[in-house]
Amino acid sequence: MLSYLNKIADNFGPLGKKGIVSFERLGRSALFLLRVFQSIPFVFLRPWLFIQQLYSVGVLTIIIIFVAGTFVGMVLGLQGYNILVRFNSESSLGTMVGLTLVRELGPVVTALLFAGRAGSALTAELGLMKTTDQFSALEMMAVDPFKRVIAPRFLAGFFSMPLLAAIFSAVGIYGGYYVGVYLLGVDDGAYWAQMQKSVDFHEDFMNGVWKSIVFGFVATWIALFEGYDSVPTSEGIGRATTQSVVNASLAVLALNFILTALMLETS
Amino acid sequence: MSNLIEIRGLSFNHGFRVIFDNVDLDIERGKITAIMGPSGTGKTTLLKLISAQLTPRSGKVLVEGQNIHDLGQADLYEMRKRMGMLFQSGALLTDLNVFENVAYPLREHTTLDERMIRYLVLIKLHAVGLRGAAQLMPSELSGGMARRVALARAIVLDPMMIMYDEPFSGQDPISMGVLIKLIKTMNDNMDLTSIIVSHDVKEVSAIADYIYIISNGRIMEQGTPPALEETTSAWARQFLKGLPDGPVHFHYPAPDYNTDLFETE
Repeated sequence: MLSYLNKIADNFGPLGKKGIVSFERLGRSALFLLRVFQSIPFVFLRPWLFIQQLYSVGVLTIIIIFVAGTFVGMVLGLQGYNILVRFNSESSLGTMVGLTLVRELGPVVTALLFAGRAGSALTAELGLMKTTDQFSALEMMAVDPFKRVIAPRFLAGFFSMPLLAAIFSAVGIYGGYYVGVYLLGVDDGAYWAQMQKSVDFHEDFMNGVWKSIVFGFVATWIALFEGYDSVPTSEGIGRATTQSVVNASLAVLALNFILTALMLETS
Repeated sequence: MSNLIEIRGLSFNHGFRVIFDNVDLDIERGKITAIMGPSGTGKTTLLKLISAQLTPRSGKVLVEGQNIHDLGQADLYEMRKRMGMLFQSGALLTDLNVFENVAYPLREHTTLDERMIRYLVLIKLHAVGLRGAAQLMPSELSGGMARRVALARAIVLDPMMIMYDEPFSGQDPISMGVLIKLIKTMNDNMDLTSIIVSHDVKEVSAIADYIYIISNGRIMEQGTPPALEETTSAWARQFLKGLPDGPVHFHYPAPDYNTDLFETE
């Protein structure tokens, strides 16, 4: 009987250990976020730290957002036209492209691309700083790495995401316009007029903005924490970078469902 | 007070592994004190405990009479401005060039104008022989040069003490000679107190005023380099002479050789 129980314990032991490790990490990530919040006022005293990061996190991501937005918009134009033309309502293409981009694809695809480009770069940078003792060196120079390194990056990610999502949606709408109006012959005026009539600023546009703010917060938090908490070896940095992209992407997709449900409930 | 640092009853665990068990240790002001011991005995951990990067399980680390682990962040940072540390890798900030790395503590903690910062940085870089490398990036430096830049950065605020973590490991004979000379002259000329963590017996014995040898969480032997030459401890003798066998066995504990080779299940 005892040996039977031991066998069960052997099987469940590692599971329990994994659970404890996961909860410990969750706790550390919450404490990490708390220290980031405490360090944010310092960034306002040294705004150039924030501006530098805004460039590397935000500006350098624009090109990928621009290209992806164009193609996503073009595909939406193509698919939308082919569906709408069956019901003789291709003039509503503007509505479809606009709503899809502003409410869903703009924030979500931008967040996924952001996690892949800027998030992975942030994780790898922080992981490398940890591996090469740069955080310890800052501490020993009486400089708080949270104030000097982490908080400016967090703010840059937080502010970049809504702007990048807006660029994605704008470019996507022009992509849809190009395919729908120029290539497939949808009426120019109808494309814009239908979009203007049916996309509501508060209901649709602001919902997209709120989503991108939440995604920016979560994706940047995960990227920075994974880098800061990485095992300081080359293998550890590799694993942290992968985890950063995977966890941020899954978090964005799951949160998107929750936020959409909440927004539809309250609208 | 002749001791800058006094460690009393220091115990530290890494998980379930005991790194230090009730260790007492003094660092005399103005002297070069070496902490030696085999790899993995917690020499670097000791430096991190002295600089409060780690917190002990019990015991005190008194720096100038104050327990460094009782200080709040603001007081701790004030204390650290007076402590330099040379990391094994150099730990230079990779996005800044050599000049900016050395200028970094000045820009963070002083309101000196650009002309004065340039003046101070060039003096420190000249002291380590790298004034000509001021515009190079860390990736363009050899390991020895990176450590010398890190040394210039560590002394740029004129600290009261400096801690060296394995300064000689992986260095070619010329870089090693340069570092040994620098550590000695800086300690004597800048009124510094130096702590060197190392397992390079010959190099450390040449410049250290006092040596502690630690292993298995406690101090195995201590004394001046000439006194340690005469040690009667078999363990310390094996370590200092680099003998392959002795109290520290060549073989890792294992079952009987013949049994292991020929016994089949």
